[in-house]
Amino acid sequence: MLGLTKKDFSLFILVVALTLLAPIILNPFPVNSSLGQTFNAGYPALLQRFAIFGILVVGFNILFGLTGYLSFGHAAFLGVGSYAAVWMFKLLSFNIIPAIVLSVVVAGLFSVVIGYVSLRRSGIYFSILTLAFAQMSYALAYSVLTPLTNGETGLQVYPSDPQVLASVGAPSAPHIFGLPMAQSATWSGGGWVFTFEVGYYLCALMLILAFYLSIRIFRSPFGMMLRAIKSNQTRMNYTGLNAKPYMLRAFIISGMYAGLAGGLLAAMDPLTGAERMYWTASGEIVVMAILGGVGTLIGPVVGSGVIKYLENIVSKINDNVLHSALRALPDGLENFLVNIIHPFVGEGWHLTLGLLFMVVVIFLPGGLVQGGQKLGAMFNRQSGNTTAAERDAARQTPSKPAE
Amino acid sequence: MKKANFSRRGVLKTGAVAGAGLMLPTYLRAESHTGFTNAPTGDTVTFGFNVPQTGPDAEEGLDELRAQELAVQHLNGEGDGGMLSTFSQKNLDGTGILGKKVNFVTGDTQTKSDVARAAAQSMIQKDGCIMINGGSSSGVAVAVQGLCQEAGVIFMAGLTHSNDTTGKDRKANGFRHFFNAYMSAAALAPVLEKAYGTDRQAYHLTADYTWGWTQQESMAAATEAMGWTTTQNVLTPVGAGDFSSYIAPVLNSGADILVLNHYGGDMVNSLTQAVQFGLKGKQINGKDFQIIVPLYSELMAKGAGSNIEGVYGSMNWNWQLQDDATKAFVKSFGEKYGFPPSNAAHTCYVQTLLYADAVTRAGSFNPCAVVEALEDFEFDGMGNGPTTYRGSDHQCFKDVLVMEGTASASGNANMVGYDTLKIVEQTPRAQVEYPEDHPMFAGGALGDCNPGA
Repeated sequence: MLGLTKKDFSLFILVVALTLLAPIILNPFPVNSSLGQTFNAGYPALLQRFAIFGILVVGFNILFGLTGYLSFGHAAFLGVGSYAAVWMFKLLSFNIIPAIVLSVVVAGLFSVVIGYVSLRRSGIYFSILTLAFAQMSYALAYSVLTPLTNGETGLQVYPSDPQVLASVGAPSAPHIFGLPMAQSATWSGGGWVFTFEVGYYLCALMLILAFYLSIRIFRSPFGMMLRAIKSNQTRMNYTGLNAKPYMLRAFIISGMYAGLAGGLLAAMDPLTGAERMYWTASGEIVVMAILGGVGTLIGPVVGSGVIKYLENIVSKINDNVLHSALRALPDGLENFLVNIIHPFVGEGWHLTLGLLFMVVVIFLPGGLVQGGQKLGAMFNRQSGNTTAAERDAARQTPSKPAE
Repeated sequence: MKKANFSRRGVLKTGAVAGAGLMLPTYLRAESHTGFTNAPTGDTVTFGFNVPQTGPDAEEGLDELRAQELAVQHLNGEGDGGMLSTFSQKNLDGTGILGKKVNFVTGDTQTKSDVARAAAQSMIQKDGCIMINGGSSSGVAVAVQGLCQEAGVIFMAGLTHSNDTTGKDRKANGFRHFFNAYMSAAALAPVLEKAYGTDRQAYHLTADYTWGWTQQESMAAATEAMGWTTTQNVLTPVGAGDFSSYIAPVLNSGADILVLNHYGGDMVNSLTQAVQFGLKGKQINGKDFQIIVPLYSELMAKGAGSNIEGVYGSMNWNWQLQDDATKAFVKSFGEKYGFPPSNAAHTCYVQTLLYADAVTRAGSFNPCAVVEALEDFEFDGMGNGPTTYRGSDHQCFKDVLVMEGTASASGNANMVGYDTLKIVEQTPRAQVEYPEDHPMFAGGALGDCNPGA
C-alpha cells in the first residue's frame, strides 16, 4: 500500500492513528481528578509541540540515522524557519501557507550554505563546524541583526505591520484561508474533556506527511546510499562513487524538515526568538533522537514525545501536587515519599531526563524503540517484527553516543 | 515498489469516513460560552506563577515563587496577612477572591521565551489559569505578555526592567509594577551629580541586547543632560564570563567613570574584574575613578561581595525601607523563609495582591473589567509610597530607590547582598515620570483588552 511494504505500512498506520487520536489518548484521566490535573497532556499547545518536534527529529534522523553525520547545529534551521515565517506574517498576512512555504525554502537555502562548508569534514569536525555555525546564527540573531530579528525581545507581529495581503475581516492570528489555528472543538462526557484544535491537526497532518516521506527515503536507493556512507565511506570512495552530493542532499532535506518545524512553531504561536537557535536547543534534538532510537523510523517521534512530556508535565509537578497525590498515606510516609520524589520532579526534571538518558544509552543503545522491541520479544517468542533498519540501528548505535 | 490500487469501493469508503470526520467538529462545537477565557466555575480560582526555576536566573525566580506562595496564603486568610493590613484598599479580607479560594500552579521558564510561552500555554489551556504572574527577564516578559493578550488572560509582569515591556511592546492585558531603565537613569542622575560633579567622562560597557541598549541609552541621556560626556560605549556579548579585554582599555581612555550596563552574572563578573584591575583606586583627570551599576539586585550584590562598596545603583524596592507596609511584608516573609525578600519577590507579591484587589473592585474576573479597574488606579501601602498604574501604558509610577554598596553591616555571611546595599535616596516619583509617547517608549500601542473566548 502507498508504495510501502506490509510492515512499514502497518507502522505508518500506527503513527497515523496515534497522531489523529492523540487528543484522546493523552487525556486518559478525567479533567478534575488529581491524576488528570497532573498527568494529562492532551491540551493543544503541547500536542502541537509533540507533532512539531516529531517532524524536526524525523528530519534530523534522515541525516544522523542514515549517514551517521551528527549535526550539532540543527536548531539554526529551526530558528531560520521561524524567522522566515514570522516575517511573512508581518509583510503579507496571517495566512500560514506562504509562511510555511518560505520557512522551508529559506531553511533549505541556509542548509545548502552550511552543509557545503561543514561537509568538507567528517566525524567530530563536522559536528563542531555545524555547532559553530549555529552559535554564529544565534549571536547574529540575538544582537547583530536586531533590526531583522528584534534581538532578545523576539520577533512578533504588531498591528502596525504592513500585512499587504491581509483581507478585511480576516482573523488577527494565524489562519489557513480564514480558519484560525486556535479554533477548536471540545467533546466532553463523564468528566473527560477532549479538545480538537485546527492547529494541532495541521501539525499532525504535516507530521504524517513528513513521516511518510521519511519511510520512503529510508527504503529508497538514495537511503541505501546514505547507509553505505555510514557503514564505510572510504570503501564507497574506492568504488568510484562520490559521496558528497548524497550527503549534501541528506543535509538539505533534513534542514528543510527543520525549517518546516520552525515554520509550524511560528504558525501555531506567531513569535520567535533567538534562543530557539541556542546550542542547547541543538543538543536537545540530538538527545531526542538518541533517546528514541537513532536510525529507526519511529524512534524520533517517541524520543521527542518523551522529552516534551517531561519538560511540560513533569516540570510542573511541585510539592503541593505531590502532597495532594499522596494524601491517602500516613503523614510520616507521605513526607518521606515527597522528599524522595522531590528532586526528580518540578525544577528537577532535568535530573529525571539525565537518568533516563543514561539508562537508555547504557542498556538500550537502540533507544526506547529497542526497549519496546525487547518487551515485545519477551511476550512474543517470534520476534520477527523488527524491520531491517531497526536491527541495523540497534547494531550500529553503540559507537555513536561517545561523540 | 508497489503500485497504489484505488478501487471504487475503497474511494467511496475513504470519502465517507473523511466526510464524517470533517462533520464531527460542527456537532461538537455546542459548548457554553462564559464570555471570557477560563471563567472560574467552581469555588476556586487558579493563578499561574511562571518563573525561572532552572538556568541563570533560577535564584531570582525561586525567590519570586516564595513571595507568590506567600501572597496566595495571605489572600486565603492563612499567615499574618502581610501587606493586606497596610494596603490602602481594604477589599481583601482573607477569604480568597470574590469568595473563591485561590489555587496556583507553577511553571519553569528557564529564562527562555519559548519555554516560558509553553509553560504559560499549559497554564491557560490545561490548568485554567485566569492570571499569569512572573518573569525574570524582559524578553520572556514581552513574550508571555503577548501570549496572554492573544489568549485573553491578564499578565502581571514580575521583574522586567526594559523600556520595551511598557513601551513598544505594551499590551492591554499586561501590567508592570516594576520600574524601568529610563526611571533608573532619571533617579540616579541627580545623586551622581551631587556625588561626582558635572564634569565627568563616562565609559559605558553594555550588554549587547535590547535591555542593555535601552539601559545605556537612558543612562547616557540622563548623565549628558547634567554635563557629563560619554567617551565611549562598548557592547559586550551576553554571558561573556571574562571581561578583562573590555576593561583594560578603560584605563587609557581618559574616562573617569565606568558605567556597567550589565545584569546578573555578567555584572558580577565585570564589576569584580574592574575592581581587580584597580579601577576604583585610580586618579584620573585629578578625580577619583568611580563605577556605576544602574540596576542592582540583592542577588547581584551577593555575588559581587565586597566589590560593590561605594558603587551606586538603583532598585525598585528594598527590605530596609521603614514604612509599615515594608515592615509587615519583611516580617511575614522572614518568618516563613528565614531571610528578607528581594526586590524581585516584592514586585511579584504586590502584583498578585493588586490583581486580586482589582478583581474584587470590578466584581468580576473578566479581564476587561480587571483592566478597567487597574487603569489609572492609585494606591498606597505597598512599600513604594503613593503609586499610580498609568492607564495609557500600564506602567506603575512610584518612587525609585538609589542604592550604594557598603560593607556588610551585620557581618553575617548569609546577609551579604541584603545588608551590603544601603538606601542613599528615595527619588520622588515626579522626577522619574515621563510622557507615554517619550521617544524611548514610542512605537507601541496597547490595543483593546482581550477577554478571549
